[in-house]
Amino acid sequence: MKRISAKGIKSSRMSLVDILGESVSGMMTRPGRAALTSLGTVIGVTVFVATLGLASTAAGQISSRFDAMAATEVTVTDQTSLPDLPLGVIPGFGDDPELAASKINGLSASGIYFTPDITTSEDNSVQGSLWPPGPPNAEKNSVSVDVMAVTPGFFTAVHAELQQGREFDIFHQTREEPVAVLGRATAQRLGLGTVEQQPTVFIENQPFSVIGIVDDVERVPMALTSVLIPDTTANRIWGAPGPGEGQVSLVVDTEIGAAQQVGAEIATAIRPDYPGVLQVQMPPDPRTLRDGINNDMTGLFMALAVVCLFVGAVGIANTTLVSVIERVPEIGLRRALGARKFHIAAQFLIESAGLGFIGGMVGATLGASTVIGVSLAQTWGPLLDPRTIISAPLVGAGIGLLAGAYPSWRAARTEPAQALRS
Amino acid sequence: MTYIINMQGVGRTFPGSVPVHALKDVNFMVSSGEYVTVVGPSGSGKSTFLNLIGLLDTPSVGTYLIDGIDPSTMGEKQRSALRGTRIGFVFQSFHLIGHQSAIANTQLGMVYNGVPRKQRITRARDSLARVGLSHREEAVAQTLSGGERQRVAIARALAGRPSLLLCDEPTGNLDSNNANSILALLDELHADDITLIVVTHDSEVAARGQRIVTVKDGHLSEKSQ
Ligand SMILES: Nc1ncnc2c1ncn2[C@@H]1O[C@H](COP(=O)(O)OP(=O)(O)O)[C@@H](O)[C@H]1O
Ligand SMILES: [Mg+2]
Repeated sequence: MKRISAKGIKSSRMSLVDILGESVSGMMTRPGRAALTSLGTVIGVTVFVATLGLASTAAGQISSRFDAMAATEVTVTDQTSLPDLPLGVIPGFGDDPELAASKINGLSASGIYFTPDITTSEDNSVQGSLWPPGPPNAEKNSVSVDVMAVTPGFFTAVHAELQQGREFDIFHQTREEPVAVLGRATAQRLGLGTVEQQPTVFIENQPFSVIGIVDDVERVPMALTSVLIPDTTANRIWGAPGPGEGQVSLVVDTEIGAAQQVGAEIATAIRPDYPGVLQVQMPPDPRTLRDGINNDMTGLFMALAVVCLFVGAVGIANTTLVSVIERVPEIGLRRALGARKFHIAAQFLIESAGLGFIGGMVGATLGASTVIGVSLAQTWGPLLDPRTIISAPLVGAGIGLLAGAYPSWRAARTEPAQALRS
Repeated sequence: MTYIINMQGVGRTFPGSVPVHALKDVNFMVSSGEYVTVVGPSGSGKSTFLNLIGLLDTPSVGTYLIDGIDPSTMGEKQRSALRGTRIGFVFQSFHLIGHQSAIANTQLGMVYNGVPRKQRITRARDSLARVGLSHREEAVAQTLSGGERQRVAIARALAGRPSLLLCDEPTGNLDSNNANSILALLDELHADDITLIVVTHDSEVAARGQRIVTVKDGHLSEKSQ
């Protein structure tokens, strides 16, 4: 008896395309069952994508609002209640806070504003009259408005837009000129249509020439309902506000995203000797807000998504196992025709991964649609990381692979002789 | 010359609380091109015998050489390849994939043996023509009659170009007309020098073989001619 070695025999081989073909044909046998099997994965991935998408959309909404305007704003006020102020330390802003502040990196403009201490009247009333003919007519044109003493830098710092005329500048300020810029609302109430002829308004019988009307500001909206006069002029007529009385504020405009840093440095820049006499207000860090949203809402929904994905995995595992048991004779036949255990395992693994992949694709579509739908309803800009959408089918396929591991192993272990006995 | 099948002292015992000795001390040799029928009552061990020959099962004792090669020295990969390329199977219950077409069923074995797609289709066509089913290529398997199904199963076996065709009760589920035409087809294959081993419990079918082997209670016997 002659023995020949096994060397001459080629090993059983099959291309990946063919394995894929067998798997797809297996899935297509029962499309209804395949759809139901994927349902758990579909729901899980939908919740997953929608949660991430809505969280990033909401966060984007918050940051776009803050990043645009508020995140460029810092307000500094002198502190009123300072019980433990050491002897010799004078509260307040000091001599030239605007100059001191201007040295901070990221600061664009700053301006002082305060309400002058007009004590002679009960209601700070402003009498407006057209000039000529002249003297104020208290009965006719008197309205009660706020008076704000501001430095020229204030106009830049609040992004004031002029409707007419001009703002007062450093020359008006140094010469303590009796000039005024009206807020839009004040001008309307006084019936002032034009400043071409420099009409005069009277504040407690003090005449001021109106040189401009402010149409809009982006912060300190009180300016629109006030009469704005140079700080030096107010100090000359009514006296400067006392330091430490909490009346004087410095409004600061920073470069985009620099508010946090400017806010951290500004008190020391203005009062290096004792920064504590100044109170700094800045917007909340947008990142904190975003993180807050991510933590609370997202955490809950992600937990839900994980539960759904787990249920989806169990569903796929169950269906694949049933399918393996149903197809035992077919597995035996395939083995008889030359299939290796590996081919059988791969076929069922690809089937279950395919179910997960399709579930992931459908889920990604539904999730993205949810994000877009909610965004449209809220008039938000939908924001969804493309990586989330791309990874969703892969997550689904991964779940399918895990779920298919045990059934595929069972299929590969099937004894062909036994399987063919039916 | 080398026997295509050479069994010496082969036995197969199925373990269990009461072990079943399905085959005992089998000595069996087949030369290339022979037509052997295996006959015996139900439960006598015929299918077990055929599964051992076809490498679907392994002997508990004894040596088995196929084409002079000892399959127990091979890995699973090579045993699968040997099944796919040298051995064809035909079963009593056809074992077609019901929702697939006749031609897709015919190609199934070649898929596992790395036959390129184009060649697969030509070979499947040729095989279907060989069993007289050219006109039914695209028919879905479960719409075919029993006789047609067994023809597709034979075509599937032939498409792998086996040198050895193993048939386990190939006419067991067929009426006599269909059975006769399947047997006529097997005669043709024998004339084409394919080695045939046909298991049956029907002595009429068994009579068509060159050699008739009887299995009884796991023992093999052959009347010498
Ligand atoms: N996997 C198995 N486990 C246990 N017993 C088996 C197994 N396969 C077959 N048998 C037993 O072996 C004997 C022979 O079976 P089989 O070869 O199928 O007979 P036949 O094909 O002649 O009808 C029977 O008693 C059968 O019950
Ligand atoms: Mg049998």
